[in-house]
Amino acid sequence: MVKPVIVEELVKKYRMKRGEVKALNGISFSVEKGEVFGIIGPDGAGKTSLFRILNTLLLADQGRATVNGYDTVGEYKKIRQCIGYMPGRFSLYQDLSVRENLEFFAAIFNADIQENYLLIKDIYTQIEPFRDRRAGQLSGGMKQKLALCCALIHQPEILFLDEPTTGVDAVSRKEFWEMLHRLKERGITILVSTSYMDEAGLCDRVALLQKGNILSIDTPEGIRGRFGKAVWAVRASEMFRLLNELKGDPSVESCYPFGQYHHVVLKAPLAGETDLRGIMDRERYAEAEVRPISPTIEDCFMALMKE
Amino acid sequence: MKQFLIFVRKEWYHIWRDKRTLLILIGMPIIQIVLYGFALTNEIKNSRIAVLDESHDPSTLALIQKIDASRYFEITRMLHSPADVEAVFRQGRTRLVIIFPLGFRGDLLHGHRAQVQLVADASDPNTANMLTNYAEAIINDYQQSLNGDQALPYQISTQIRMLYNPELKGAYNFVPGVLALVLMLVCAMMTSMSIVREKEMGSMEVILVSPLKPFRIIIAKTIPYLLVSLLNIVCILVLSVYALEVPIRGSLWLLIGESMLFTITSLSVGLLISNSAKTQQTAMFTSMMSLFLPTLLFSGFLFPVENMPLPLRVVSNVVPAKWYYIIVKSVMIKGLGPAAVWKETLILTGMTLVLLGISIRNFKIRLA
Amino acid sequence: MVITARDLTKRFGAFVAVDAISFEVRKGEIFGFLGANGAGKTTAMRMLCGLSLPSSGQATVAGYDVYRQTEQIKRSIGYMSQKFSLYEDLTVRENIRFYAGIYQLSDARIREKTAKLLQQLHMEEQEKSLVRSLPLGWKQKLAFAIAIVHDPAIVFLDEPTGGVDPMMRKEFWSTIYEASDRGITIFVTTHYMDEAEYCHRVSIMVDGRIEALDSPGRLMKRYAAGSMDDVFLQLARKASRTGA
Repeated sequence: MVKPVIVEELVKKYRMKRGEVKALNGISFSVEKGEVFGIIGPDGAGKTSLFRILNTLLLADQGRATVNGYDTVGEYKKIRQCIGYMPGRFSLYQDLSVRENLEFFAAIFNADIQENYLLIKDIYTQIEPFRDRRAGQLSGGMKQKLALCCALIHQPEILFLDEPTTGVDAVSRKEFWEMLHRLKERGITILVSTSYMDEAGLCDRVALLQKGNILSIDTPEGIRGRFGKAVWAVRASEMFRLLNELKGDPSVESCYPFGQYHHVVLKAPLAGETDLRGIMDRERYAEAEVRPISPTIEDCFMALMKE
Repeated sequence: MKQFLIFVRKEWYHIWRDKRTLLILIGMPIIQIVLYGFALTNEIKNSRIAVLDESHDPSTLALIQKIDASRYFEITRMLHSPADVEAVFRQGRTRLVIIFPLGFRGDLLHGHRAQVQLVADASDPNTANMLTNYAEAIINDYQQSLNGDQALPYQISTQIRMLYNPELKGAYNFVPGVLALVLMLVCAMMTSMSIVREKEMGSMEVILVSPLKPFRIIIAKTIPYLLVSLLNIVCILVLSVYALEVPIRGSLWLLIGESMLFTITSLSVGLLISNSAKTQQTAMFTSMMSLFLPTLLFSGFLFPVENMPLPLRVVSNVVPAKWYYIIVKSVMIKGLGPAAVWKETLILTGMTLVLLGISIRNFKIRLA
Repeated sequence: MVITARDLTKRFGAFVAVDAISFEVRKGEIFGFLGANGAGKTTAMRMLCGLSLPSSGQATVAGYDVYRQTEQIKRSIGYMSQKFSLYEDLTVRENIRFYAGIYQLSDARIREKTAKLLQQLHMEEQEKSLVRSLPLGWKQKLAFAIAIVHDPAIVFLDEPTGGVDPMMRKEFWSTIYEASDRGITIFVTTHYMDEAEYCHRVSIMVDGRIEALDSPGRLMKRYAAGSMDDVFLQLARKASRTGA
């Protein structure tokens, strides 16, 4: 069976006033049927360029890609029949009501709302109370749900979601991911991009993208498992002094602030808690706390960035 | 088909719900027509005129008194030589000079035929026209009172000279001009802006990804503006007939047909602009610079094209509004039929096909 | 106390956007002000910045009253929003100059500040580049540095670090820690919980009221949650405002 998405050595350059910018630097990957595949990377990593190439909206400079077995250049019309796409900014018509937006997107994809209602029912019932409200007056979370309904109304086989959770609050984000997992159970392949590292864990597999290069592709557990070094969460009463202290210490490989704790990786493989405690006692930190943790995707991303 | 209709309906919602723009679209032509109409048809009272009487005889004196007595005129200067005529106009304020040549009474009584010359400042063409009409009426009146039942009538022929704007462009010429301007503006600017807005918002991405054919996207986006334009044409024509009393002398259907053709020309220009513009602002300014100004300058409704230097005359030929303006003038004002305008129509059709062809071919099926 | 609020309330007609909130923020504290869309964060922050008059209740910011001394308040606060407060078509130096000028710093002081700021940000070479050409993370750091160019008592940050890469984000928070170390109070509004965990204390607003206020660690313990995300979800799910 053909894989829903195959990307081979894809290169995309943008010509700027001063030279070229490479948005994609020869990346390759493939997506299995029915999986939620995450493209994780910060702004400017190349996520949107990649999505637009796969959606046949942009031409790559080199390399090739197929979606559902169709070539993104030669067979773009066939691809446009079988995908659903939600661009980064929810592309709803602000001056149209919820209902009118849905009808419009159903119509241009030649879809019948009644026939496909089952697929969007879960999501649509949440926004149905507001069906006569203009899309411009919905909250971020509601807009996102409506945009998802509009992208799903023609029962696409593959769903492309470009940063669907940007600018949406935590509750809506959580609900959104729950919806994606229900869609996955219906056999829809989902490609989703995000700049939130913590969303990586919600995908089946992720590609970490940075400056047009893939740093790593694996399951979230696989990526974290390959980190290979012990990570220590450290805290004390004076966090800023502690940060500078540890960053400057010759035995410390890296130290980054992570919310309530600093995450520390030590140079010597066997060094550990006693070494860190030693530093903190020497410099007289109050309320010192050290504990081993498993690395987060963010730890992995930064370690990979440095390589 | 349903796909297409829903698209058109959506466009209609955009127009209908943006009340401010809608008001401008419908209100602008009305305001323009009314404003210009009233500015041009202001009633004339006590206009300052001057008289050059080279004859100084009882007949000329009687006529001068009659003219001065009318509420339209006030004789403010008596001139002494033909050289004064130019000077008095240059001073401004004087709108009309009436010149009686030497031996007026003699010509009238013995030759039964005398001449009066009316020289008007036609830089305000409408006023000049009216003033000469009034003066002619007064002179005719005098002539009739002289004649009574005479077998051989006395004839005073008036000779009119318009200074500064010999073609007397005015209200009659204004209506075709406003038509051309409004259609250009509504169709080209609004269409280009509405397409570019979708690009800016990102909805164009989804529409492109849909199975909808580009050709249909274009048609669906333009139809509502076609309707708005039709509404505008009707508004302008009704106003010009009933408020400005500019009659439609030729066929109404021919006029509307030609206007629809020009609408399509303007729509294709709008499409062409939207192909390259990335923001609504760019679209607006491009429309303004490439359409509004040329229409104003080169269509011939503000400045006579034939008086322009050759290079500008050549340029004026590629401005679609010029041809439309000629057509409307011929059909509406002169009352000519299809036989008189087929050449211009053909040129306009050719331009439309080329523009439409280019914009459809260039319509991007992708983003970059 | 740099900020005190007692029963601060804002009504729009019958709708109570901010419902009698009370809290205090200490000097040098990094205070997270959290809430879902529509919970009333922005309205509350506008009152504290002197942009909107409260309907009732009291509040002081940097010792000034929010009813009568809004001009003094504006002079003693800095502001940075996620939609950059920088001008993309001005250079780095021009942006610094502009904002320093707004706060009426003397020319000598502006020169001195600009040099120091460029050096701290390691942006000496970029001083003549347009802000547009800078990477997102640099813009954020520059925006923050400019927000505190007039040494305000408090700086308000509106969702400051969305979208940047993790490395840049860590650097950004390091500069925030540094500012806090220098005694500048940081008031962060955000709905990203991972940002919340960097704060000394956070308040969580639900339907116009402050439902919880404590350090992230203690909140997680109290709600038996593994992360601030969980704490927030437990509280925000109680919300009756749909946010639509």
